[in-house]
Amino acid sequence: MALAREHAPPAGGARPLLAVEALTKTYPGGARALDGVSFTVARPEVIAVIGTSGAGKSTLIRCINRLVEPTSGRVFLGETDIVSLAPGELRRARRRIGMIFQEFNLVDRLTVMENLLSGRLGSVGFFASWLRRYPPRDVANAFAMLERVGLAGLHDSRADALSGGQRQRVGIGRALMQNPDLLLVDEPTASLDPKTARQIMRLIGALAQERATPALVNIHDVALAQGFADRVIGLKAGALVFDGPSAALTPEVLTSIYGAEDWSRTIRKADEDEAGA
Amino acid sequence: MSTGAAQRHPEVWRRHSPRETVVRWLWIAAVAFVSAWSVSALDIEWIFFKDAHVQAADLAGRMWPPRWSYAPTIIAPLIETIHIATLGTAIAVIFSIPLAFLSARNTTANGFTWAVGRGILVASRSVNTVIWGLLFVAIFGPGPIAGIAAVAARSVGFLAKLVAEAIEEADRGPIEAIESTGASTGQVYLIGILPQVMPVLIGTTVYRWDINVRESSVLGFVGAGGIGLHLYASINQFAWQQVLVVLLAILAVVIASEAVSAWIRGRIS
Amino acid sequence: MSAAHPSAWRPPPFFGTRGRQNLVLLAAIAYLVWSVSTLDIDAKRALAGFGRAADLFIRMIPPDFGRWELLLRGMTESLQMAFAATLAGVVLSIPLGIAAAKNLAPRPVYLAARGLIVVGRTFHEVIIAIFFVKLFGFGPVAGLLTLALSSTIFLAKMLAEDIENVRVGPIEAVRATGAGFLQVVVYSVVPQVLTRSVGTAIYRLDANVRHSTVVGIVGAGGIGQTLSASFSRYDYDFAAAILLGIIALVALGEWFSDWVRRRLR
Repeated sequence: MALAREHAPPAGGARPLLAVEALTKTYPGGARALDGVSFTVARPEVIAVIGTSGAGKSTLIRCINRLVEPTSGRVFLGETDIVSLAPGELRRARRRIGMIFQEFNLVDRLTVMENLLSGRLGSVGFFASWLRRYPPRDVANAFAMLERVGLAGLHDSRADALSGGQRQRVGIGRALMQNPDLLLVDEPTASLDPKTARQIMRLIGALAQERATPALVNIHDVALAQGFADRVIGLKAGALVFDGPSAALTPEVLTSIYGAEDWSRTIRKADEDEAGA
Repeated sequence: MSTGAAQRHPEVWRRHSPRETVVRWLWIAAVAFVSAWSVSALDIEWIFFKDAHVQAADLAGRMWPPRWSYAPTIIAPLIETIHIATLGTAIAVIFSIPLAFLSARNTTANGFTWAVGRGILVASRSVNTVIWGLLFVAIFGPGPIAGIAAVAARSVGFLAKLVAEAIEEADRGPIEAIESTGASTGQVYLIGILPQVMPVLIGTTVYRWDINVRESSVLGFVGAGGIGLHLYASINQFAWQQVLVVLLAILAVVIASEAVSAWIRGRIS
Repeated sequence: MSAAHPSAWRPPPFFGTRGRQNLVLLAAIAYLVWSVSTLDIDAKRALAGFGRAADLFIRMIPPDFGRWELLLRGMTESLQMAFAATLAGVVLSIPLGIAAAKNLAPRPVYLAARGLIVVGRTFHEVIIAIFFVKLFGFGPVAGLLTLALSSTIFLAKMLAEDIENVRVGPIEAVRATGAGFLQVVVYSVVPQVLTRSVGTAIYRLDANVRHSTVVGIVGAGGIGQTLSASFSRYDYDFAAAILLGIIALVALGEWFSDWVRRRLR
């Protein structure tokens, strides 16, 4: 499943695709959600971020595109330090980062097409988006995207008429319409049934590989993380406690992330899934 | 055995604790005091009430039968009444959308703009349509323009308040998603928030239109156009049979508009 | 890959088909043309209005609070009208509300009560006020009666709806204990409607404060009468003071009503 392994690391000396340096977030009231987290992403790979609820997974990815303002630390997307950007520059940087959400976060009363095209908002002006006048190339790309995520023909359906799995496919399409340099994925499967969850994870993995885009995926299902990610980052109480290939997830590592528990069944299940997939 | 039970359990039960009882009596006393003060201070001459029913019966008698020949004269003013309500509501909708975004806590620019928005809301809503009419007649002179302006001035606050509440309660998720695409603030409002509050905007607009038809029926009293002018004139000429025709016409128009409004709102939800 | 896909897309029309969408749009434009043309709007006079608005605004500033005694008297009268009318409305709405409740009243009584409510709700307070002025002369009594009548009708309608929505279970349960009719009402109907009714009454008090500012336009007392007089005397700086007073009074009334209703829950 090591999808992106064949990609060569970037030429020597160049910045990594993403570098997170000593990222810290303290919420008003003193709760410390992130505590000096650092890691780099050098090649397009799927990275699972695991940890208990409240370990800071969601805060981590929201600090990367600054939906949550980090307290200190730096985030480099290529050459750009996102933390230091002024609002206008931040909007331009966000266009390079696609985001996929647990609750899909589609605009329910708009059509599938409008939701997909909202991924292009950064490239059109206010009145064009009001009149829904998107460049022909974007429209054609949106139709192609709809086919790629398996929703061909549903462009005029309203978002709230779709099933959960279909809604998440639209969410994935919207993020990829941005042609992002990085995908941030927040618990993409937590609102889905186990079978749909696997299909969605497979789709995210395949698209990330096709487009050579690194993806940072928050996920609480260890078996899914092991099955679909190349690399795993473990967070505990806001601190990074593990960073390594998913094959290196041993019961000891899981205990260090989640606390003591019988992990043999979880890991074996992941192995079986792998054989079945 | 039974004596034992009585000792373990209290024999007296009161629904309210002593403190609750005091508070309740204080409220009742306050209401009684305010009522007594209000009624006594108004200097009501109870003598008037003795023959009120006779006078009312006399008035009703003079109204009957309705002078139907007057009906054709009031068709144009009736249509004007509806026009005033419709155009006033339409103008109010246009202005209420930016005002709603200005006065919703999560979309306003800063504390100052929020205070400005709230200030406009309160002023618009506190002044009755008819009083707005008085003001606009002084500006535009008598006629339907003053009426339209009055309806719009009163409705804009009504609509904006409810839409602003809907904006504050809008689902954060889609807003966050649109923000994360790098959209501008205007685009986030347009694509992320406006579709979410659209049902509220349409529902309240139709509801307000129905109220405005009723309000427009009296704008003529202050010279702001519509059927009210004919009603006022007929009353002042003691042409009671004409008055009845006008009242019946207003009854029909208001009930019809209420039915239309209820039908549209029923179809939306 | 994208060459195979259409490069144009329009959102689906709001009114079903595109033809119907255009029809609605056309109808809206036709309505606009028709309404504006029949209103015989004098464009010159309308434009002159904007200049006059500026003039009026200048004459309103600064608001003249010099005659504050007159202002205070008018506002107090409005408040008194509102309080007394709410009280009368609450008392009178109980029999009318019960009569208009489908599940309690016999059918002819129900129909008569509902008819009264429909007709009464149709007419604007100002129309009702002018009749009371004809019957009882100028002054706050006419205003009080107007507000009392419209409050009665409003509260009766709300009470009737609350009674109709009462759950049947508790009534049966109390009846099953062998309680009499009044006991049934006191123990099963009243507890279910009381809190809501008190909330409605407080809301109506707030509404009456608003309406008390307007019935004075036709001489039915209160601050509206003072305002109307100041407008007819072109006394605009005093009118501005009255308007500010009304805004403060109404805002205060709304705040009080919200506060009490929040505590009731």
